[in-house]
Amino acid sequence: MADTQPMMLKTDALSKNFGALQVARDVSLTLPRGCRYALIGPNGAGKTTLINLITGRLKPDSGTIALDGEDITATPAAVRVRKGLARTFQINTLFPELTPIEAVTLAVSEREAVAGQFWRRLSTQTEAIDEAFAILSGLRLADVATRPTRILAYGQQRLLEIALALATRPKALLLDEPAAGVPKDESAMLFSVLAGLPEDISVLFIEHDMNIVFRFATRIIVLVSGGVLVEDTTANIRTDARVRDVYLGHGAHG
Amino acid sequence: MSNLVIVLFDGFAFGMLLFVLSVGLSVTLGMMNFINLAHGAFGMLGGYVTVIVMRQLGLPFVVALPAAFISAAVLSIVIERTLFRRLYRAGELNQVLFTIGIVFVATAVATWFFGTVQQPIRLPAWLRGTVEIGGIRFGTYRIFLIAIALAITALLVFGIERTRLGAQIRAAVDNQRVAQGLGLNVERVFGITFALGSGLAGLGGALAIEIVGLDPSFAFHYLVYVLIVVSVGGLGSITGSFVGAALLGIGDVAGKYFVPEIGSFLIYLILVAVLLWRPLGLFGRR
Amino acid sequence: MHDVAPTTTPHAWLARQSRWSWFEIVFWLATLLPFFLFPTYLTLASQIAIAALFAISVDLILGYAGIVTLGHALFFGLGAYTVGLLSARLGWGEPISGLILAGAVAGFVGFVASYLIVRVQHLALIMVTLGLGFLAYELANAMTWLTGGTDGLRGVRMWEIFGTFRFDLWGYTAYTYSLAVLFLGFLVSRTIVNSSFGLALRGIRENVGRMPAIGSDHAWHLRKIYTISAALAGIAGGLLTQTTSTVGLDVLSFQRSADVVVMLILGGTGRLYGAILGAIIFLVARDQLAGVNPQYWYFWIGLLLMVVVLFMPKGILGFLAKLAGRRG
Repeated sequence: MADTQPMMLKTDALSKNFGALQVARDVSLTLPRGCRYALIGPNGAGKTTLINLITGRLKPDSGTIALDGEDITATPAAVRVRKGLARTFQINTLFPELTPIEAVTLAVSEREAVAGQFWRRLSTQTEAIDEAFAILSGLRLADVATRPTRILAYGQQRLLEIALALATRPKALLLDEPAAGVPKDESAMLFSVLAGLPEDISVLFIEHDMNIVFRFATRIIVLVSGGVLVEDTTANIRTDARVRDVYLGHGAHG
Repeated sequence: MSNLVIVLFDGFAFGMLLFVLSVGLSVTLGMMNFINLAHGAFGMLGGYVTVIVMRQLGLPFVVALPAAFISAAVLSIVIERTLFRRLYRAGELNQVLFTIGIVFVATAVATWFFGTVQQPIRLPAWLRGTVEIGGIRFGTYRIFLIAIALAITALLVFGIERTRLGAQIRAAVDNQRVAQGLGLNVERVFGITFALGSGLAGLGGALAIEIVGLDPSFAFHYLVYVLIVVSVGGLGSITGSFVGAALLGIGDVAGKYFVPEIGSFLIYLILVAVLLWRPLGLFGRR
Repeated sequence: MHDVAPTTTPHAWLARQSRWSWFEIVFWLATLLPFFLFPTYLTLASQIAIAALFAISVDLILGYAGIVTLGHALFFGLGAYTVGLLSARLGWGEPISGLILAGAVAGFVGFVASYLIVRVQHLALIMVTLGLGFLAYELANAMTWLTGGTDGLRGVRMWEIFGTFRFDLWGYTAYTYSLAVLFLGFLVSRTIVNSSFGLALRGIRENVGRMPAIGSDHAWHLRKIYTISAALAGIAGGLLTQTTSTVGLDVLSFQRSADVVVMLILGGTGRLYGAILGAIIFLVARDQLAGVNPQYWYFWIGLLLMVVVLFMPKGILGFLAKLAGRRG
């Protein structure tokens, strides 16, 4: 049962202020192994800030974060990634002049701690390259693997964001609006890719399109003004009056 | 005792000169993140304009000062419009190299017209000599310099805090994207600020002749001082520039007076130490 | 260039990126031409080889890892003074061990300095590198009893290389020796930039903020390359002392730090051959122009810098590569 083994990711009373503005308020979350949770909330609710806190881009003022039972509150961002906590970014933050095969091979070799080997030719790191190419193929990026990232189509760059995260072999994966800015037909493709992610990875994703949220998430966390308003199963959230008030209200007639 | 007072006074006067030379760069750097190493070249331009106005045209010093300001401001508008604008998104290395290129060219052009010799000017009688206060003789020109710098500081602080342009500048320094989103014409605000800042550099160049002299190496030599003031004081901060300039001026004069063997060494040591302690400078916020 | 779908595997593509091309072999054969074509210019040729090695060392951090530096003469000068003091004060003039020591001393100081460098960015980074460079210069200036100050260090005597080859007046030995060291330094650098470490450096240059999110301890990568770069710069400085039998304060000057960056920009950053080409253009042009009108040499350099930044952002070599790519 869930309470006999540690949660994959757990935050306890996470808080953060920017001056007078409270951007995270007592956020306590638990993500079990293999979960598919959605994080929703109106603009400015602090969703991205929460991911930044969990991944170590921002330091919380108070509260703790644990990954797979281990306290990582004070762990540097890069070390959290090596321990199995990966994320993607809402706005593509890629390596414009690197090709996808180079970028993903880099992520793999950082994970395998061979990225510092300056005496060995990159092309002889066959295992890392194989793995990188397999990840790219799985995300339908094989055809563009050797083109500079900056010339890739926007949707392909979104996929590369995910490829980079997968290359770190995450136990928990935080996706910040993976389909942001992607046209409707392509976003379906993107989410079918996400549906095919390894089952034991815990996934938390931010998404505005409620159809997608209801389709892919088993539970939904609603964030308002930095605090958790409610967390429940998809079915219950659908009928929750409070959620409808603060969030679905705008889109209900759309 | 009187030595110490004189050193502090001379140092403060030198610091005020550095403040006039550097405050414009601090504000524009804070606003556009554009690293303009040619700032010292505008100062040099102001210096040479002063020399021409006084020697060739035979006009008085008080006319030369505004002429130095205006000529540097006008030239900076031309250069900003035609060249710098292309480099705002070009990355710091390209900005550094391009503006160093301008310094090289400016230095060579100054050498072509004026040679490498010092260009002294003859101050009006009322600025020469010393004033005795409490048995200590203070240079009249340095008192004048401090008065001008304090007046400029007051004007800048008032302008930034109280005027419409000042509010726009503050908004643009704070967050360019938000300011733009609110309908502020950031490009225009920047153009005006850039012109004012370069003009002040030109004025600083004119005021500097009597203190440090003027030759073609001015653009580069004082660039280093200006950069120290800006980086130690913190980008976009008038207070920071003022404090940074005063500290550097006093430190430089005191260092050269009391420990001449390692005077400059100390300055650079403090520069590196401050930046490691506070990478954004003493008054930097971002 | 990239408009055809790749028909090869990614392995083959990656292997091709680091394969020796005909251009390279021809280039290195051409470096032997001065012996036959310009035997009166061998001294200049060895200066170029030294400057090229220095430019390569800067390219590793500036061109590949994207760390701007305006104070690398610090390490060049350290190497130069190491060799000079070793000979003038301790009477040791053996060249090879001198070079190794020059690299070791500069590398060690570079390693210490790298802890400062990784802490700062943007203007603060430029100012810290500038400040460290000036610090070293002022220190050497203050310690005239040791360094000889602006007059230079007297009594630098180099022994024969391998106990056989004496440094001659015409520069035969100097150029052969400098060229050999340049080639070795180039091989080391080429290995580095084609390794997965080199890839990590380019990742830092392209998007340093993203590196932690792929689990990279990029500060450690930076410290490592900074140390290697400092050591190479030190070796270049040591070479200068050995081939000229003198050291002056100018080895530590800002001018030298700025010149090497200018060479790199002219040739093209992020390409080892850009560093070499830049050194050739810069020193040959200075040799030709300075003779005519030394005052105005920097006018042309300034103008060239502005033109390159505006119209050839990847340097002359990048510009040529683009032209060639368009045609092919």
